[in-house]
Amino acid sequence: MEYEAVIGMEVHAQVITASKMFCGCSADYASAPPNTHTCPVCLGMPGVLPVANQAAIEATILTGLALNCEIPPFSKFDRKNYPYPDLPKGYQISQYDYPLCINGYLDISVGGQQRRIRIRRVHLEEDTAKLMHVPGGSLIDFNRAGVPLMEIVTEADIRSAEEAYAYLVELRSILRYLGVNTGNMEEGAMRCEANVSVRPKGAQEFGTKVEVKNLNSFRSVRLAIAYEIERQTRLLERGERVHQVTMGWDEERLQTVFQRSKEYAEDYRYFPEPDLPPLELSREWVEVIRRRLPELPAAKRARFIAQWGIKPEDAEILAADRAVAEYFEAAVGAANGVVAPQTVANWMVVEVLRLAREAEGGLEAARVLPKDLVALIQMVAEGAITQTVGKEVLAEMFATGAKAEEIVERRGLRQISDADALRRMVEEVLAQNPGPLQQYLEGKQTVFAFFVGQIMRATRGKANPHIVSALLREELEKRGGPAAPTP
Amino acid sequence: MPLSREQVLHIAELAKLGLSEQEVERFTEQLSEILAYAERLNALDTEAISPMAQAIIQRNVTRDDVVQPSLPVEEVLANAPQRQDDFFRVKPILEE
Repeated sequence: MEYEAVIGMEVHAQVITASKMFCGCSADYASAPPNTHTCPVCLGMPGVLPVANQAAIEATILTGLALNCEIPPFSKFDRKNYPYPDLPKGYQISQYDYPLCINGYLDISVGGQQRRIRIRRVHLEEDTAKLMHVPGGSLIDFNRAGVPLMEIVTEADIRSAEEAYAYLVELRSILRYLGVNTGNMEEGAMRCEANVSVRPKGAQEFGTKVEVKNLNSFRSVRLAIAYEIERQTRLLERGERVHQVTMGWDEERLQTVFQRSKEYAEDYRYFPEPDLPPLELSREWVEVIRRRLPELPAAKRARFIAQWGIKPEDAEILAADRAVAEYFEAAVGAANGVVAPQTVANWMVVEVLRLAREAEGGLEAARVLPKDLVALIQMVAEGAITQTVGKEVLAEMFATGAKAEEIVERRGLRQISDADALRRMVEEVLAQNPGPLQQYLEGKQTVFAFFVGQIMRATRGKANPHIVSALLREELEKRGGPAAPTP
Repeated sequence: MPLSREQVLHIAELAKLGLSEQEVERFTEQLSEILAYAERLNALDTEAISPMAQAIIQRNVTRDDVVQPSLPVEEVLANAPQRQDDFFRVKPILEE
């Protein structure tokens, strides 16, 4: 029998704000010494009054709008009760039956196929404290307790590990475009859980679902879900039953391992948070927030392809990150038709992104402005320097912030197209390498590339490769060689 | 509707309370009485009244996203039952 997977995803994303969700403590928990960003509100002391952070509410609504959600006119906060030391109050302030955003969707593309993943809800809550387990006890740092946290929940529309991965990548890209989340899974700013079940293909009812946790990277999301689908399918094939449990991904052993049973339904005893007045989300307010929506990655991708004829795989890379996309747009603007957008794209995808990754602070901090990049590409396009030299110059531009023209002049990197000078070099190289020359004359054509390489080395990549090939061919034929390979 | 003994034990478990046999009996009785009292509200006709979460009329009470000073760490930890460096220390918790 053929089986299919049914997957729903829950993503927790810390909202980027200056202060916490319900108090004025700094939300920057990672760099602060333990328990220095805490106050009576986020420590859960009696008699305190939480007040909701307006910016966090707006960031969540903005996210909902980007995910095509409805923003209901009424929303409220609730208490989710459970005893755990990372919650000083004994409950988490969350949202139960009236979340900020409902009924959205996100379109993803897997293997060239478009899939629509429905978003059930996006709600706002508070993050918990960080626990450190030490021998004989646990240590608590409440700096993270109360940091605003969005939860984004899909319907069970995902059908494979690849789709789950594509969903997560697209979601992260959007969150980063909106500036509401850093997208950093390794640091826990974005966390993911998957509910995975398997059923005979075409069946209407769902199989027993297993919750998969501890997914700390994009890679582990894909691997863990694929593993879990395989595990459940094997159980069903053997006529066994899938138990409703929570599994954790073991990064070392590359498998999901049993964490706990879910035979007892969780009992959070949600009730309305009496200390926080409900929210009335006026249409005017929602529209003001909607105007803050930037052009999103999918729209940018489509425009790069349709408007500038960019290859889809390049458009995908260029649109994934907002800073990269805007850099590319500025470069195409600066090129102003003199350099083709696809040529700019090639330089971006191959060279610029690599150099930006290696540089501190990434592309945003790069000292090479889009117009400087275009000036370099133009020098290559006009034949002032070779492609090889161009790459070297770009690396130096990234390292020092100097302009292409400057580097080329200072280091004398202009392309050598002087046929007489190059012919002398060709003759020299042939004279200095009698062995390879002999091999070539006996028919070993691959030696041709060796000679080209020698000339490039002698000129440090500055020789015009077309002229070198033509001259080399002439000289070899003069020495009685066979017709040289055409480049 | 009287509360069952199992329900009381479940609530006690959720609240992390250890109850003696007498307490289970006493609380079963008392909680049932409280529930019965609250159930009197069911006698009212609320057909035309929309549900409400709170009795307060205020809406949209929010604060601007501005950082305020936190407590000095010595005050934060003043009431900690156990302390290790600047952390609260608690009994060991099984890693989830």
